[in-house]
Amino acid sequence: MSGSDDVWKVNRERDGERETFESNFPKRGPFLEALAPVAGFGVSLRNFFRPTVTEQYPKVKNPTMPRYHGRHQLNRHPDGLEKCIGCELCAWACPADAIYVEADSNTPDHQVSPGERYGRVYQINYLRCIFCGLCIEACPTRALTMTNEYELAGPTREGLIYEKQDLLAPMGKNMLAAPHPMVPGTTDGSYYRQEVTGAVDEQVEWVREHRPEDPTLPENRTAEEAARG
Amino acid sequence: MTATADKPATAVVDTVTLTIDGTEVTVPKGTLIIRAAEQVGIEIPRFCDHPALKPAGACRQCLVDVASPGPDGNLRAFPKPQASCTMTVTEGMVVNTQHTSEEADRAQKGVMELLLVNHPLDCPVCDKGGECPLQNQAMSHGRPETRFVDVKRVFEKPLPLSSEILLDRERCVLCQRCTRFSKEIAGDAFIDLQNRGAQQQIGTFDEDVLDFDGYRPVGAATVDEAGKAFSSYYSGNTVQICPVGALTSAAYRFRSRPFDLVSSPSISEHDSSGSAIRIDHRRGQVLRRLADNDPVVNEDWISDKDRFAFAWQNLSDRITRPLVRKDGELVEVSWPEALAAAAAGIKAATASDDEGSARGAAVLTGGRVTLEDAYAYQKLARVVLGTNDVDSRARSTSDEEQAFLGSQVAGTGLGVTFGELEKAPTVLLVGFEAEDEGGVVFLRLRKSLGRQQVLTVAPYLSRGAEKLGATLVPAVPGREASALAELPADVREALSQPGAVIVLGERAAEAPGTFVAANEIVAATGARLAWIPRRAGERGAVEAGALPGLLPGGRTATLKGAREAVAKAWGVESLPTAKGRDTNAIIEEAAEGGIGALIVGGVSASDLAGDVATALGRTGFVVSLEVRRSEIAEAADVVLPVAPPSEKSGTFINWEGRLRAFATAIRTDAMSDHRVLDLLAREWGVELGTATVEAVNAELAALGAASSTERPAAPKARAAGKARTKKGTAVLGTWHQLVDEGALQDGEPYLAGTGRVAVARMSQATADAVGAGAAVSVSTESGTIELPVVVTAMVDGVVWVPTKSPGSWVARDLRATAGAIVTVKGAA
Repeated sequence: MSGSDDVWKVNRERDGERETFESNFPKRGPFLEALAPVAGFGVSLRNFFRPTVTEQYPKVKNPTMPRYHGRHQLNRHPDGLEKCIGCELCAWACPADAIYVEADSNTPDHQVSPGERYGRVYQINYLRCIFCGLCIEACPTRALTMTNEYELAGPTREGLIYEKQDLLAPMGKNMLAAPHPMVPGTTDGSYYRQEVTGAVDEQVEWVREHRPEDPTLPENRTAEEAARG
Repeated sequence: MTATADKPATAVVDTVTLTIDGTEVTVPKGTLIIRAAEQVGIEIPRFCDHPALKPAGACRQCLVDVASPGPDGNLRAFPKPQASCTMTVTEGMVVNTQHTSEEADRAQKGVMELLLVNHPLDCPVCDKGGECPLQNQAMSHGRPETRFVDVKRVFEKPLPLSSEILLDRERCVLCQRCTRFSKEIAGDAFIDLQNRGAQQQIGTFDEDVLDFDGYRPVGAATVDEAGKAFSSYYSGNTVQICPVGALTSAAYRFRSRPFDLVSSPSISEHDSSGSAIRIDHRRGQVLRRLADNDPVVNEDWISDKDRFAFAWQNLSDRITRPLVRKDGELVEVSWPEALAAAAAGIKAATASDDEGSARGAAVLTGGRVTLEDAYAYQKLARVVLGTNDVDSRARSTSDEEQAFLGSQVAGTGLGVTFGELEKAPTVLLVGFEAEDEGGVVFLRLRKSLGRQQVLTVAPYLSRGAEKLGATLVPAVPGREASALAELPADVREALSQPGAVIVLGERAAEAPGTFVAANEIVAATGARLAWIPRRAGERGAVEAGALPGLLPGGRTATLKGAREAVAKAWGVESLPTAKGRDTNAIIEEAAEGGIGALIVGGVSASDLAGDVATALGRTGFVVSLEVRRSEIAEAADVVLPVAPPSEKSGTFINWEGRLRAFATAIRTDAMSDHRVLDLLAREWGVELGTATVEAVNAELAALGAASSTERPAAPKARAAGKARTKKGTAVLGTWHQLVDEGALQDGEPYLAGTGRVAVARMSQATADAVGAGAAVSVSTESGTIELPVVVTAMVDGVVWVPTKSPGSWVARDLRATAGAIVTVKGAA
């Protein structure tokens, strides 16, 4: 007799309850009682006539619900500067300690996000992430959002620690890869109020001067990319 | 120790009884309401109030309802809430804080709303976010929603006050903690309130009145109250006490958040004060250091060097694995191989040659290692290597100093304390610059400004001494003893007051006869002596016996009885009898090829005036225990890596004689010097017994202090004669600036920017005599230093240069110490 049985018995005796168990289900009549051994086949039989719900994953990938909590994404402002300011509020909010951030100063030669501060290191450990979305709620600049991508498996632990370049949103139309200066005459507040709508000539000129090979420059964009926007 | 018998057993203190939130509390008369509330566990929100600063009543956040008995004895309430940080308690007062008074709560909420009107609320990018009193108190005492819809005041941000300190005026709540600290504590006022009303701001002084006087910092800086470029050694404290993120440091800017950091209490390794610090680290890397509160030592403050100089230990030249020289190259090997190679090399290099003569071994350990490490070094030297050639003084030394340390410092326990130094009516500084060489000692002395007479024996009145209101006792460098002998009668009288202190610095060893002269003054006046070295490990090394003539506890190595007592405690038959040589004698001997093996730990070659390169080259075998690839490590045959202070535990003994033990902040597999030496001794089959800090401390405790018969005799030395300078020469004066190019300040450009530009100082007469123009070249046979000249009111015939500042490395370039005769020429 195991220890837990003892406890059970002792508790029973203490409660003064009966030893026997009495079900709350209604008692069946004699006919159903006789059919009981094959009643399970009824379930199968019933489902022959219902539509199938099996998903043909991975051959067919069904879209998720629009607010599905998938892989994170670090968004950009319309001119290509990063929205992340490296404030670490996402890391602070994270109940699973899955996010690691290190910030640094923006300099005139290396302006990654609007304002003084940008996230130099940004890592999300998908072995730890529980996809609760508290980081998204904490983000003060809407830099961090979640995509619907759910295919997050891999053969190595290292591979499941996503770095900043893995998380950054793709370059959209009119966007110029950071670093480059802010739109002249704007502040970080202007970016926050969505007054910046795209890269301006000064920024394009700056990137042309400093990184003529940059693929996001208008002349370096392929027709395919330009069409995709 | 001070005699406490003459003081009454219990001091009678006038007390006042009042009621705070219905709780009766009795506190000493003159207590502020906010402090009385703290005593009964009632917290009143505040920004400007700081226990170490004078009350200001600037932020108005601490408003409470107060009622006190009127002349008729009836309780009369004040018509409006009062600031509890400026009002002292009175008998029968009734105070209602925000907890019990709606009026007080409403007032506090109103003040908070006004403070936040112009606050940018950029907490996500602010370094203070997460540990910000404004953030916390806005959450606890503020409105959940803002009612202010207009445009906030904006300023350019950030405004660099120096290369290290950045000011963001938008975030400032005008509490004036920084300006009060600068004026009251450090004496380097550099910012102050400007304008009125909504435009009121903390601002810098007018830059148009810049008057270069030789105290300009290396980096860009604003102008201070005196119209001089701001250069403070204590400015980092303003960052720590700022209750918002208005003052931030460039070194920690955007580095991390408080929840990232693991905080470990520790002790600063930078000076002999043993300041309590807090090391904040993340993932094995130190990110910042803060002052810890230790009322008997550093109070709430530390120097900028203590705060910002920590990058050196994680630079790319850090040694993590043992290195052995193979075919002329240092290659990484395993610990057993390196230890075996080191032992074999030392044995071979010190073995007798065919003619039966052998070269000895010597141990050099800079004054930076802990008590335990110093003990292990000297025990290894005496037990394993059989020599007294062990010295922890990587600086100028003298036998007189050693006799002084043995007879009056080692094993004497707690001597003059910080508190006694602060209360001393007269303090005479000899060979000691409080600001440059003392760190927080300067702040303690300045605390008594106006109540204390400070005299300094120096070639000129430095700016630090000026800030102490010090009087200059002019002395030619190296001839301080004569200045002491000729001390004016009124100074001697001042020193006769009870509690007067004479402070001897590490440079007292550069002036023959200084210790003798100081002892004579002590005998005549009854003043007390304090020896304040510069480096953190100096006092510990003296206690541990890491000096050629001293065994642990102040026992003299040349006395048979003392030697036998130590030999018995160590379980060895005998200790070496030959007289030991000091650092400079060892280097000299080694340069002539007279040393077989050398074990060097924690020494910068550039601190020594001797020819270290030749000495290392001609020594048979060199073992270096180092954190980083230093000059000496590069020349060594075996390099054993040791842990920097944040990665080990141990004890520094500060200049008071106070034990300052610290625990490991960051756990790594790096080993302390004492553990490495214990392993090394096993190669000889010797159990050194220094594997752990506990083992060393147990041995030291068992040994105890020397009895009076085991100590060396009082110092005896003749003062140096009058300096004979010819035309075109001058006596060299020099000391280390607090922020300079010392090895422990490497890798911190922002701190280096606050260090002072190197200049040569001389009097107008000297400058005319040597034909100095805007610049001057100071030279010896070994080399030349060229520096801009600053004409200073000082002793004639003397040229002063900083010891190790940018462009002025005296020991390496001139191979000279203070008191030497140098050639001075005008330069273009």
